[in-house]
Order: sequence, then C-alpha cells, then structure tokens
Amino acid sequence: MRSASRLFAVMRKELLQLKRDRLTFAMIVGIPVMQMLLFGFAINTDVRHLAAAVANQSGTHLSRQLVADLRETQVVDIRYVVETPEEIEELLRNGSISIGIYLPPDFDRRSLDKRRSAAQLLVDGADPTILGVANQVRNIPLKFDTIAAEPKKAATFEVRPYFNPEKRSAVFVIPGLIGMILTLTMMLFTAVAVVREREHGNLELLINTPVSTTQLMIGKVVPYILIGLVQLALILTVGDLLFSVPIRGSVLELYGAASVFIAANLALGLFVSTVVRTQFQAIQMTIFFLMPSILITGFVFPFDGMPRIIQYIGEVLPNTHFIRLTRGIMLRDASLFELREELLALAIFTVIAMTAAVLRFSKRLD
Amino acid sequence: MKFYCCSVKAVNEQSEFAINASGLTKRFGDLTAVDHLDLNVPRSLVYGFLGPNGSGKTTAIRMLCGLLTPTEGTAQVLGHQVPGDANKLKPKIGYMTQKFSLYGDLTVQENLEFIADIYSYPRSDRRSRVNDLIDRYDLEAQRKQFAGTMSGGQKQRLALASAVLNRPQLLLLDEPTSAVDPSSRRDFWEKLFALADAGTTILVSTHYMDEAERCHRLAILDHGRKVADGPPSELQASTGMSVVQIETRNTFAAQTELKALADVRSVTQLGIKLRVLIPESVSDPLELVNGVLSAAGLDAKSSLVSASLEDVFVAVTEQKRRLEAAA
Ligand SMILES: Nc1ncnc2c1ncn2[C@@H]1O[C@H](COP(=O)(O)OP(=O)(O)OP(=O)(O)O)[C@@H](O)[C@H]1O
Ligand SMILES: [Mg+2]
Repeated sequence: MRSASRLFAVMRKELLQLKRDRLTFAMIVGIPVMQMLLFGFAINTDVRHLAAAVANQSGTHLSRQLVADLRETQVVDIRYVVETPEEIEELLRNGSISIGIYLPPDFDRRSLDKRRSAAQLLVDGADPTILGVANQVRNIPLKFDTIAAEPKKAATFEVRPYFNPEKRSAVFVIPGLIGMILTLTMMLFTAVAVVREREHGNLELLINTPVSTTQLMIGKVVPYILIGLVQLALILTVGDLLFSVPIRGSVLELYGAASVFIAANLALGLFVSTVVRTQFQAIQMTIFFLMPSILITGFVFPFDGMPRIIQYIGEVLPNTHFIRLTRGIMLRDASLFELREELLALAIFTVIAMTAAVLRFSKRLD
Repeated sequence: MKFYCCSVKAVNEQSEFAINASGLTKRFGDLTAVDHLDLNVPRSLVYGFLGPNGSGKTTAIRMLCGLLTPTEGTAQVLGHQVPGDANKLKPKIGYMTQKFSLYGDLTVQENLEFIADIYSYPRSDRRSRVNDLIDRYDLEAQRKQFAGTMSGGQKQRLALASAVLNRPQLLLLDEPTSAVDPSSRRDFWEKLFALADAGTTILVSTHYMDEAERCHRLAILDHGRKVADGPPSELQASTGMSVVQIETRNTFAAQTELKALADVRSVTQLGIKLRVLIPESVSDPLELVNGVLSAAGLDAKSSLVSASLEDVFVAVTEQKRRLEAAA
C-alpha cells in the first residue's frame, strides 16, 4: 500500500511539473498536431508537378500532341521551352528542372519505328523518386490522328538518368544527410550552450560584465562553425571511403556553402535559446525544427511534389537550400555562382535569426 | 588617483556617494519585493544590507547593477543612471552573485583568466594579476582544480577574486560568506576592509549579526522596506528600547508571563537567558519585569544590558508591525 502511495506521489509530482512547464505542455499538444498536418499533406508519394523543360526539335502535330498529353498528366510542370538537349542538360545541372523532355527532329519517323523510342526523358537520376516517375510516364501512348498504330515494342521515351547512372541510393542520400546531421548538432549545441549558462547561473555574472550581447552571441557561434566544418570533413571522408559518394564540384565551395549553413543553424539555435528556459525545452525545440528539416526539404520526398503551401514552409528552412547546394555541388558539378540564390537565402536566414536572437537576448533578468 | 580628476565628468563621478537611490521599488505581480528604498552609500565604506530571507536584498542589488528594471524610483550608481546607463557602469563594478556563478567546468585559473579577458584586462598584466589574486585569496592549492568541485568557502573566495579582478570602484556582494566558516569569515572581512581602505565602496548583504556589526554603515531591510539606516553603534544606541536580560530556571513560564504585558515588545530566549525589549517610555523596566515575575512566583535575576544589533533588528521590525497594526 505504501509503495502505491509513493508511486502515486511520483506520478502526481511529474504531472504537476509538466503542467507548470507551459512551453513543454504546449509542445506536447502542438507538436503532434502541427507535424501531422504538415507531413500528412507533404508526404505524398504520388508525385506531381516536377519542374520540366521541353526541347521540341520536331515541331510536328504528333510531337506537340505528346507534349500536351504529358502536361495533361500533371506529372510534369513545363517551365522552360528550349531549343536543344544541351540546354536541357544545363537546366538539369543548375537545378532548375528535374526532368527534360527531348523530341528529336526525326520524331515522327522514330515513332513509327517499333524497336526504337521516339523521344528521350533526361532525368535528374540522383533522386530515385523522380527516376521512378520518369519510368512511369515513359510508356505514355502516342496519339496518331489517322490510323491506330500498331503497339510499339519500345517505350515512347527512353529514360536517360543523369548524375547517378548506377542508381546508387548512397549518392542520393548522403548530400542530404549532411544537412540533417549539421542541423541537429549545430542547433543543439548553441541552444543548449546558452540555456545551460542560464540554468547554472553563469549568465547572471556574464551579463553583468562589459561583454556586449553581440560579442556574446558571435563568440558563442564562431567556435561551433569550426566544429561543424570538422563534422562535415568526417561525413565527406566516410562518404568517400565507404560509399564512394563523389564530389564533382569544388570542395572549397562545398565548405563555403556549409559554413553559411552552419551559421544559419547556430543562429537559429541561439534564437531558440532565448525562447526556452531549460535544456529539456531546448532539445524539444531542436527536434521540432529537425523533423520538417528532414521531411519537407526535398531530402526524402521531391520538393516539387509537395503542395504549394508546404513548399513555402520548406523554403523557410535552411536545410532546403543546403540540400540544393550539396546536391548541386557534389553531384551535378554546379558552381556556387549558379546556386547563388540558395546561398543568399541561407545568408538572409542567418542574419534574421541572429538579429532576432540578439534583440530577444536581454542583458536583464526581467 | 583623485589628483587627476579635473574633467567635469570625473568630478561628477567622484561625488560623495557611490550609490544614490530614491523610491526604488520592485514588484513581482502582487508581491512588493523592494518597497520605496532610499539609499545613500558613501564612497570607500563597507555598507551592509541586513535582512531576513525574502526581505529584498538580492532584488535591490540586482536593480542597482541594472539586472532588474525598477518598477518605480531611480538610482544613480557611480554617477550612472540605472538601468538606462548600465553598460557604462558595468566595467566599474564587481558583482558577486548569491549563487556561485563562475564556470564549474573550468579551473580556478581558467575562470580568472576568462574574467580578465571579458574585462579587457591588459594582456601583459593578466598573468601577474591572476597570480596575485590566486595568492591573495589563498587559492594556490586549487589553481588547477575545477571550480565546480571546490568547497563552498573556496568557491566564495574565487568569486570574490573574480569580482575584484578589474579593480572595480564598487563591489556588490550578495551574501558572500553564507558558506564560510567563522575563522575564514574573519579573513574574508579583513580582505573587504583592505579593499575599502584602498578606496573601493562595498555593498554587502548578510543575515549575520556579527557581520552586520562590522560594517561602517548598515541598512536593515524587512519585507522590502528599509526600517533602519546608520552606523551599527548609532543604531544600537538609538533603539528607543531598554533591554532587560533575565536569568531564570523556568524560562517557559517566564516568557508566557512577560509576553502578556502590553509594554513588552519582544522576548527572545538565549539558553537559560531571556532578552526582553521594553520601550524607553517605561521609566523603570526592571521594576516592571521583576514585579510580574515575582507575582507569578518565578525566581529570576534580571539586569539592564545594552542593545545588541539583534535587539535593534527585532526592535525595528517590531515597531513597523505595530504601526501597521495600528493603521
Ligand atoms: N523573479 C521573481 N519572481 C517572483 N518573485 C520573486 C522573484 N525574485 C524574487 N522574488 C521575491 O521577492 C522577495 C525578495 O527576494 P530576494 O531574493 O530579494 O530576497 P533576499 O533578501 O535576497 O533573500 P535571501 O536572504 O533568502 O537571499 C521574495 O519574497 C522573493 O520570493
Ligand atoms: Mg538573496
């Protein structure tokens, strides 16, 4: 009997504390609801609206009909109309599109040929989902006006995967994994670093010294940038040794992009530390940001395939831009200059988060 | 130093008082933690804040260094308005928090070096300053020890060393000796007096009467209000109370009898002795006491003694309460 009352005492105390911890309480309710809404809509294996470009060198009625049919499926969203397959390759490489549709000059003649495909789909093969989508639409039937054509043996489209011809998943996963690992560790480091000082009472002493808020914040961030870069070096080394993940672009640019991304996460961590009161809350908040950073950034599901509103939310997350940067630099040999918009987005995020953290951080106790 | 003070600003800073506060008030919701505190702390003195738990000592000190925004009232500290001008004030003050606030996972030496750098202490002198402090505050044996593993008294010596590192003009010490044994406490106070002699103003909060007695001046706080202010000896001389000390075998019965008297303000037991506070308006307090006790058939020896600081403390807090009850 006594043991039961002690058990109840512990349970009651636990619930009482939980009730007082308003932020945690809000997260207990808020996290499942928000994440369910977010991911329920976002996680959509029925991928549509992939950014595409078309190069129709044939220009015949039949070829135009095929492009219209493709558009009809809503699987692709034709954003560019270009002249040559080289232009498609360029758009693929700089990340503007994930699928290119190439109809050669002899398209009509090829479409009558039973053994050959009439046209090509040039696909960003680094993403298996996109590759899967391409494989689905490759058999789209041709619509002849006059006679019903005999069934072709070859598919309408030949699928040409770029950047990951061996279709190895490591090649696709690891560039995104870098962002996930860095998000987790960098945010946690700074969020906890400040809250720990508050919990230990160090902050009361520190804010009573001439050290300024900006010095305190930047001083907390810079060492972790170095730690983040060391982590990156480790990931890349393991990626290379164990999984042969290529770095086709500039290694230096990769580290440069990572530095800005790390700064963005550290700034976010600092901001979190000004909102939360305990280390426990800091960890919860970090996970709260980590989940969408994995699921709606294009890491697991193609970004273009998500509903518009989820995409807008995704654009706010640093990892979305960093994944585009790492995939671009590592797999497609894209240059930072080509990817400058992503870098700019990260820089803006960093400045905003840092400013918010500095403004919110008070050199007072009340 | 005073030689070179010729600019207007410097003269201003060298005003007679290190701290001027008037009407300083802090409320937390319904609770008034500090209630219209007027405070004038002269320079180069050790000024004490005496008060029981929750009387508002920490809150007042935090307002004075700009950590808390006063709900009402103003304060000038070393010529700077707080909290508005707190940033200019910070390099000139040393603050020792009630709770140990240095880094437990850094060694004594690392902590002091960190503080030196935070205050931009000249790098060339840093090492000698740190060594000097380690020596002066008797931390040589702990130099390489993690601060978190030190004993309470050692931690407090380190905290004081770091508070004085930048040679502040004003030291705010919040219960600096709460974990210090009596003999170390004496050493600690000798260090405080040495600092005051060298020109540092020291505001120190305490619960201990013996410490309060050492201060040059003293403010007694009770429920956020200042109930007395002055040099300890003056406070003792002007309680407005006579103190009767009674020795008796039957302390319990004697207390009951005495407390029933309207003129008895308080009865405190110290072993087999009782200390009784009676207003000076009662012309012969001894007779009053003896009369009551012999009427009750109690055998007691009573004598008039001079007021201790504790008597002062009891008297002033008691007085406030009576005034309130009357109002
Ligand atoms: N942040 C706060 N929120 C609410 N009440 C507070 C807060 N800080 C202090 N108080 C209250 O203000 C009153 C004064 O507290 P303060 O810490 O100043 O007392 P103190 O004299 O330093 O006590 P002690 O001797 O125990 O250190 C107390 O009743 C305390 O509960
Ligand atoms: Mg206190």
